[in-house]
Amino acid sequence: MLRFILSRLVMALPTIVLVSVTVFALIRFIPGDPAALMLGDMAQPAQIAEMRTELGLDKSMPQQFFIWAGNVLQGDFGKSIVNDEPVLPLVVSRFAVSAQIVLVAVLLASLIAVPAGVIAAWRQNSLTDLALVGTATVLLSIPTFWLGLLLLLFFGLKLGWLPVLGYVSIGSNVVGGLLYLVLPIMTLVIHEAGVLIRMARASTLEVLRLDYITHARAKGLSESAVIWRHAFKNAFGPTWTMIGLILGNLLGGIAVIETVFTIPGLGRLMVDSIFARDYPVIQGCLLFVALSYVLVNLFVDLLYPLFDPRVVAE
Amino acid sequence: MKTFSLNGLIGGILIAFLVLTAAIGLVWTPFDPMKLSFTAKLAAPSAAHLLGTDEFGRDVLSRLMIGAQASVWIGFLTVSFATICGTLIGLVSGYARGWVDGVIMAVNNALMAFPGILLALGLLAVFGANQYGIIFALGIAYTPSMARVVRGAVLSLREREFIEASRVMGNGEIFTMVRHVLPNCLAPITVLATSMFGWAILSESALSFLGLGVPPPAPTWGNMLAAGRPFIQQAVWLGLFPGLCIALTLLGINLLGDALRDRLDPRMRGLK
Repeated sequence: MLRFILSRLVMALPTIVLVSVTVFALIRFIPGDPAALMLGDMAQPAQIAEMRTELGLDKSMPQQFFIWAGNVLQGDFGKSIVNDEPVLPLVVSRFAVSAQIVLVAVLLASLIAVPAGVIAAWRQNSLTDLALVGTATVLLSIPTFWLGLLLLLFFGLKLGWLPVLGYVSIGSNVVGGLLYLVLPIMTLVIHEAGVLIRMARASTLEVLRLDYITHARAKGLSESAVIWRHAFKNAFGPTWTMIGLILGNLLGGIAVIETVFTIPGLGRLMVDSIFARDYPVIQGCLLFVALSYVLVNLFVDLLYPLFDPRVVAE
Repeated sequence: MKTFSLNGLIGGILIAFLVLTAAIGLVWTPFDPMKLSFTAKLAAPSAAHLLGTDEFGRDVLSRLMIGAQASVWIGFLTVSFATICGTLIGLVSGYARGWVDGVIMAVNNALMAFPGILLALGLLAVFGANQYGIIFALGIAYTPSMARVVRGAVLSLREREFIEASRVMGNGEIFTMVRHVLPNCLAPITVLATSMFGWAILSESALSFLGLGVPPPAPTWGNMLAAGRPFIQQAVWLGLFPGLCIALTLLGINLLGDALRDRLDPRMRGLK
């Protein structure tokens, strides 16, 4: 077990290094001189040259990378060009907003979708199965930003049950804050449930064909024992991996939801920074989300043996 | 197999409808999609304007037809880019093995460590937010998955006897690769490319919705939704129809993709 954990941790290291190199390189490809960009249109060549030295842009690329990586390791992600704020606290505070939405949404979606997918597989080709798969396929085809708009239109504007625009942090007002989160979370739950129902169904079907399930049935176990005790445990692995991938993808793709519901999250920060060409913030967001994605998947990997002990033996 | 044909049929019809709409839009639209009319601002759907007009009095149906072109065109170019680059990279990597494979796959895995849409956002910062920026950004973001799938297929194929036979017959490496390895990779490539077409259309509309895609006044479904958002209370149709177009297109691609996978990927048989 310890060896399994260690090997996974060691395997994640090169990925983290390569991700950092990619983020660093990507930002260097942005057209224009960052020093000139930071100083604005009125800057004198001498000022720009001075700024370049200050930013270390006159050094070689590998040198620049190591300086940057060293700073990042010490928690220094640079400063925003737009408002001179340090990037890391900005990214972290926005990340907290996005993460609460994504985590709750994925948790709720899993609680609904995984049992639904297992039931669909158990009743394969029945009306229930057809209805569940059909619904799931429709749900995952609806783009989240449109679904969000429709929910906003219906629950916010037509029925007036929920606030339409804005955001209140839960820390400052618990009930108010929760009300603002209902619609974005509902949007993500509906969409991701579609993906997870299909995944849970497919992996359960694969397991239900195996001999040990026939054996469990033959020895007279009740159907619910066969499905939940024997099939589910083995079938959950791929769905669990999928949940990890969804978590990471949502962190990257939540900008649209945050735009629909005007939530000041990480996705919105990144999009605004792209508009403002605020490259230290873009870089910070990219690195932060990419690293969270790697870490979430590592975490999912490390917990995988709980559902499928065979991976440790391998 | 009954569900297969039904899925494929519905998906096929939806996609045929999309392509047809885009094609008709090339030669004819009910109104000039760019023509402003301040007398017909936010007009509800009627016999004259079947799907209503937008905040500038432009005909929504005409704009949706032109938007379909943008979706099909951007989707097609993105998928072609990712398929060609990914297939080439995967073929070389899987066939060469050794350090070439090692280096290519390291870079590939680093790119795959980013969620696709995040990588696309980062690349858009580099290429600039416009139609071609989107195609390159999404194309590059999708290339690693294609490369990985092709490499996997090549690795298992190159151990097979008929590849060995081709080499023994004195065929060159490139000939063997193109004539024997590539055709046998077509099934997984087709399945993935179909899904990618859906991802591309969805991402393009999402990016246009964020204002990072095709800039207005050129209509795309995503930027129509974004532009109509402030008016949806008075003009529901502005929030309804562009989204419906995206959703029906994605549904079509998903159904078609399922059908193709059932048919082409033997491991999936019996699971659907």
